Amino acid sequence: MIPELGHFALALALALSLLQVGVGFWGAHRAEARLMAATAPIAAGVLVAVGAAWACLAWAYVVNDTTVLNVVQNSHSAKPLLYKLSGTWGNHEGSMVLWVLILALCGGAVAGFGANLPSALQARVLAVLALVSVGFLGFILATSNPFDRVWPPPPDGQGLNPILQDPGLAFHPPLLYLGYVGSAVTYAFAVAALLEGRVDAAWGRWVRPWALAAWAFLTLGIALGSWWAYYELGWGGYWFWDPVENASLLPWLAGCALLHSAIVVEKREALKTWTVFLALLAFGLSLLGTFLVRSGVLTSVHAFANDPARGVFILGLLAAFVGGGFLLFAWRAGTLAPAGLFAPLSREGSLVLNNLLLCSIAAVVLVGTLYPMFADLILKEKISVGPPFFNTATLPLAAPLIGAMGFGPVLPWKRARLLPALQRLWWAALAGLGAVLLCLAIEGYRIGPAIGFGAAAWVIGAALADIADRIALFSRPRAALARARGLPRAAWGGALAHAGLGVTILGLAGMGLATDKLALLKPGEATTLAGLEYRLTGLRDVQGPNWTARRATLEVRNGDRLVTVLEPDKRSFAVSRMNTSEAAIHTTWLSDLYAVLGEERDGGAVVRLHHNPLAPWIWLGGALMALGGGLSLSDRRMRVSAPAAKGLKAGARA
Amino acid sequence: MSAMRQHPHPGPPPQGGGGNASPPPLAGGRTHASDQGGGDSATTGGRRRLLLLAPLGVVAAAGVGFYAMLRGLSTGSYDPKGVPSALIGKPAPDFALPPLAGADRPALSAADLRGHNRPVLVNFFASWCVPCVIEHPILMRLAKDGVPILGVAYKDKPADSLGFLQKHGMPYARLGVDQPGRVAIDWGLYGVPETYLVDKDGIIRWRWAGPLTEDTLKAQLQPLLKKYA
Repeated sequence: MIPELGHFALALALALSLLQVGVGFWGAHRAEARLMAATAPIAAGVLVAVGAAWACLAWAYVVNDTTVLNVVQNSHSAKPLLYKLSGTWGNHEGSMVLWVLILALCGGAVAGFGANLPSALQARVLAVLALVSVGFLGFILATSNPFDRVWPPPPDGQGLNPILQDPGLAFHPPLLYLGYVGSAVTYAFAVAALLEGRVDAAWGRWVRPWALAAWAFLTLGIALGSWWAYYELGWGGYWFWDPVENASLLPWLAGCALLHSAIVVEKREALKTWTVFLALLAFGLSLLGTFLVRSGVLTSVHAFANDPARGVFILGLLAAFVGGGFLLFAWRAGTLAPAGLFAPLSREGSLVLNNLLLCSIAAVVLVGTLYPMFADLILKEKISVGPPFFNTATLPLAAPLIGAMGFGPVLPWKRARLLPALQRLWWAALAGLGAVLLCLAIEGYRIGPAIGFGAAAWVIGAALADIADRIALFSRPRAALARARGLPRAAWGGALAHAGLGVTILGLAGMGLATDKLALLKPGEATTLAGLEYRLTGLRDVQGPNWTARRATLEVRNGDRLVTVLEPDKRSFAVSRMNTSEAAIHTTWLSDLYAVLGEERDGGAVVRLHHNPLAPWIWLGGALMALGGGLSLSDRRMRVSAPAAKGLKAGARA
Repeated sequence: MSAMRQHPHPGPPPQGGGGNASPPPLAGGRTHASDQGGGDSATTGGRRRLLLLAPLGVVAAAGVGFYAMLRGLSTGSYDPKGVPSALIGKPAPDFALPPLAGADRPALSAADLRGHNRPVLVNFFASWCVPCVIEHPILMRLAKDGVPILGVAYKDKPADSLGFLQKHGMPYARLGVDQPGRVAIDWGLYGVPETYLVDKDGIIRWRWAGPLTEDTLKAQLQPLLKKYA
């Protein structure tokens, strides 16, 4: 009964969304105040219906209702409650429900907090969001019903892929979806702006928090996914340029460019066409990721099981939303009047450079991801484009981006001079140079990591210099504290996000110095790696809630001092007949000691040991970037109205 | 900051027809220089239109490509799982596997791939693999049609393999047990099930990772069996 209710709720949500599309577009077109006002309550209704559907699915999982096919395929009564719940989105059908739920939440937020939006803009934005919702609800109901029944019910479920039973991965998809779906809102704003033929500072001020929120969630989601790959897959790496990873990186890059160019629209009313384009692009790339992961056109550890019929449906949605968006763009973007002139060397100029470089990186990643697929299709040739291509192609673009990143925030709007900027940043540049030399002195001739450390020191130094300059730390140190309090949170957030990227680069550079070793150890034997001694002291069987494991005990010593005891597992999950390696990781923040248990032979065990300097900083930096985004979002000025007058003035001046 | 200090051109822009009415210069982001360079609007208007159409063109081309891939997925002409085997066109790697106790089939070694005077299939399977169950009826039919199928039980307990074959039928002419999975590594196994076509001279001609289906059979395997017969 409950699953049928869920199914009905989805159908109801589809009907309400259709209504929202009609009422929103028609009301805005005819300027009917009552129709436009009706879109917000309808959006709330969609949210309630989709929320109910998700709750029904969650209920089926929690009580382990084996008459529901989705539960049978993806859950098991022996699974801990957290993974029963995360199991609702750990599969194709359920994850689509979560996707639509988040979309409905975004629609609800635009409806609830959008009272001060121009009513026609709000109605159009809600109508576009409802259109997206119609597409995906239709997709769920037509091809991927999570509430399908199975009769007779099997005694128990088939379990969830054990490598997905992990707290990191439990929250990875929701965060990613928050990012993907958040970009649907900026897309909706872009489409509404094209329909109205108007982009102004107020529009920019509305788009920016959404772009920022979507980007921050995507940052967290990607960082969490990368961290998960690091500790769960047991390969000792953190990013593999896997097509599915790239699929999440692409909207991140576009979203990053978007949130920067939206600043220019808001402050200076320039780059309008470009910002609208980026908003369309960011959502387009999100949908592209959805298509790649779910259609079966590529294989990856992350991809869902799938069939081509679904692929055709998603491709149709992709064509409708992205094609439709760009069609509208080609037709209407010419009417967006630019204002706000600026010199190449200015805040705007640096943001344009940021946009160009971010988009170039996105283009490289896109080509590298799609090229093997198209080569297979057209040339009938199997090629794999791996890390060497991505590293050599993106790093030369990342270098000027990182260089410009330091300059951007200290440049004034409209027109800047180089000398004052250099004066503010000379010690950040010095720190960068110092880091390069220090690394070369300690580690020998390792150019890649040395440049990485230099870049990290530069970015972090420049963020500090920016803040120091804004609070006049050196020129008027006594008033600095008061000025720091008065500094808008957006400034702190921006600096924190930039510094966060610096911290991530620090971690990446450290990982450039990682070493590893494969050793066959009998109990009692030891091996050394990076100055530490690893001694195998025991091998035993252990029993977990739904797995059994072989566990090795490794004592790690630095001279006579016991540093830590590492206990890597090799787990087998009885229900799904899968084996996983649980890496044992001890972090000192300066480095990770990482051990993986391999097969046992000749009375000993093969262990793989990694010494990963600064590894945790990669994800710490990601968290800082997201935190910076959050801090920026909490800025009073983000809550519209306040700067409206200023925005108008800026527009008038230009 | 006074209005006069803004750099490019104080007063009406040189494009003429001041302000919002004039066709805007090239997309702001692309070439900010044109925002202040004052290029002639007649030619930039056309180029701008083209530029605005470009994304649509890229999307359309990609869409056609993706559609072709999806079509190819169902016909078998496009297969992302078809990891290229380095062994295609090369002799099968040397190996010798023990027989499966109780299966009443001889053991399998590299020498057994030749001497059938016709192409043979080498099929890696395991009792714990669900797609193996799905492809099993097709193997049974091929065996009935007289195609020699040589089986390798991959990383499986012998008793489980035996139970699997007793339950679903025995399509294999010869059967080797690769419990440690060592031979599978030499073959470059991608996963189970996986099937190789080896010609009369012991050269590997084709590899299929994943379950054999009716489509694969018709579109690929049967023509190849004829070609190398």
